[in-house]
Amino acid sequence: MSCKLLLSAVGRRRLHKGFAVCGKAFLSSGSPKVCIVGSGPAGFYTAQHLLKAHQNVQVDVYERLPVPFGLVRFGVAPDHPEVKNVINTFTQTAKHPRCSFYGNVNVGEDVSVDELQEAYHAIVLSYGAEGNRSVGVPGEDLPGVYSAKDFVGWYNGLPSCQELRPDLSCETAVILGQGNVALDVARILLSPLDALKKTDITQPALEALAQSRVCRVLIVGRRGPMQVASTIKELREMVNLPGTRPEMVAADFDGLCHILSVCAPPDLPRPRKRLTELMLKTALEMPTEKEQERRKKASRIWGFRFFRSPVEILAEPGCNRVAGVRLAVNKLEGSGEKAQAVLTGEVEDVPCGLVISSIGYRSLPIDPTVPFDSRRAIVPNSMGRVHNAAGLYCSGWLKTGPTGVIATTMNSSFDTARSLLEDVESGKLDVSSAKPGSHMISSLLEKRGVKPVTFSDWEKIDDLETRRGEVSGKPREKILTVAAMLKVAQT
Amino acid sequence: MAASAAARTSIGLTLRFHRVIPDCSKCPLYRLKSCTSNRANPQRRSSFNSFRTMNRHLQTSKCLSQAQEGSSNSEDPDDVVNVVFIDRSGKRIPVKGKTGDNVLFLAHKHGIELEGACEASLACSTCHVYVSAAHFDKLPEPEEREDDMLDMAPMLQENSRLACQIVLTPDLDGIELTLPKVTRNFYVDGHVPKPH
Repeated sequence: MSCKLLLSAVGRRRLHKGFAVCGKAFLSSGSPKVCIVGSGPAGFYTAQHLLKAHQNVQVDVYERLPVPFGLVRFGVAPDHPEVKNVINTFTQTAKHPRCSFYGNVNVGEDVSVDELQEAYHAIVLSYGAEGNRSVGVPGEDLPGVYSAKDFVGWYNGLPSCQELRPDLSCETAVILGQGNVALDVARILLSPLDALKKTDITQPALEALAQSRVCRVLIVGRRGPMQVASTIKELREMVNLPGTRPEMVAADFDGLCHILSVCAPPDLPRPRKRLTELMLKTALEMPTEKEQERRKKASRIWGFRFFRSPVEILAEPGCNRVAGVRLAVNKLEGSGEKAQAVLTGEVEDVPCGLVISSIGYRSLPIDPTVPFDSRRAIVPNSMGRVHNAAGLYCSGWLKTGPTGVIATTMNSSFDTARSLLEDVESGKLDVSSAKPGSHMISSLLEKRGVKPVTFSDWEKIDDLETRRGEVSGKPREKILTVAAMLKVAQT
Repeated sequence: MAASAAARTSIGLTLRFHRVIPDCSKCPLYRLKSCTSNRANPQRRSSFNSFRTMNRHLQTSKCLSQAQEGSSNSEDPDDVVNVVFIDRSGKRIPVKGKTGDNVLFLAHKHGIELEGACEASLACSTCHVYVSAAHFDKLPEPEEREDDMLDMAPMLQENSRLACQIVLTPDLDGIELTLPKVTRNFYVDGHVPKPH
């Protein structure tokens, strides 16, 4: 970005010299105060970028739970600890002198967005997607049917999911959806216990999985192998999962070899090509002798089922529990990413005792004053600037919809931060008058009996979890209720 | 993020690279006629071919923590590897590295805006860079795990690599690493959902 000078008479009186680290010059007009709602990757990456690019901005991050980091803590699988390294970056940001963390503050309940707008020059909404997409079929509410979001929250220690107590006493589980979350769930269900014991999976989840009789997991999708939403790393982990063997339907892959090798469209993206090749290899290729031996010994099975849409979740007559899924058979119209599944009229019943729907998360509106597009379940925006709402921005899944890995969210957050900074520079965002910032919010919260958790309070929780984990060789033993977290943080 | 590099000195990763004689017939890219490597397409060989004899085993084993400790303050000219980072605005930032330096941490040391979310553990794609054509083929082949992570990077190109997997050697002198310009908000209506 090139250096732009504010030449208005008003601007000139308030000019200070301010040059940020990376050679970008942002003349700091006063001390902008920005509030970020949500402390997951979107919130922290937005904060990071703002702090780096503007010498005077003060960033306050509000979080509903007493603990920060959002899906990095509650979504990333326990056996993917390297993905969680990003917490170190976020911790540095939180400890920046111009950044403050306020946990245990529920925006929308404890404090309104209007009040935040009074206190801050700008608000960045980055509270993600905590709702479920419903499958929309009869039987969805039967015992034994769970959303992947809740299942993942359960084994990752999300306080609101600790009462889930999923029933793992059946042999076959059906997962609806074929994205990375679906593969995470399949992998956690089928992983050897020894592997899970050394992760930060919760103790109750570990105990439940130790008793689990689930030994066959079918991962069902509406479309075909060329449309799976998961990525190659997660697929490779399934293929290589000790103690398991793949079970695919060869017919699902008809014609694919031909498509890939003979008429490979030159614009077939590399990631899709590699992923499809791995699937084909797993489904169709004759395994090596060593691999054949390994598969013979395997006691657990996993497989994709393609071209199937759920139309009903079935219960055993007289028994209020899931006993199977009725799947409609599809055919594909079109190809590539835009292919559509079309019903053929055939159906197929698959017996199972556990159904996990992994068809997407959904954002929820936080406050009636904030515009919300309920069809797309996002806050309507352009480049992170919320439509028809001066001073409001959004980043992360709330901005773009609930897909994307940490890197995607990072780029999206940097974009939002850039938009905000552009607006400061151009005067579109008026930062000329001082705002009370956290002083005002803190005294409001105090009046309402809400005690925010500071970052060093969180560090007490972090420390205790880590020490408890050491006892059992785990990176941490997570504290599972908000009450227990607050007790550690605030006494 | 230069400060965070100091926090990472405790990571003692050892990177070992083998340059073995590649068997092109097994490579899917070759079979799909999508291979652009010089080795499989002789007509594309550059004049630097004489440096890349097929029988050479290149094995470099370096502790990353070594790369942190004042490496670019080394006075030994033979050790210096000149690197140019090109940031998102197109600005060229020349930097002096040293043989054995990890390029991601070198970038952090010099305040280059290159993220390394997973701290060089091949669990993200935030350190994605484009490598100058003249040097791309001098890098050892990416391991499968790096390719898997690269698949997740937006705006993937033929010369894409993860910076955390690039360790400087003398023949990389003059290497230029461009940060991808993901500046436009490309999440507009109708975008193809990315995995999560």
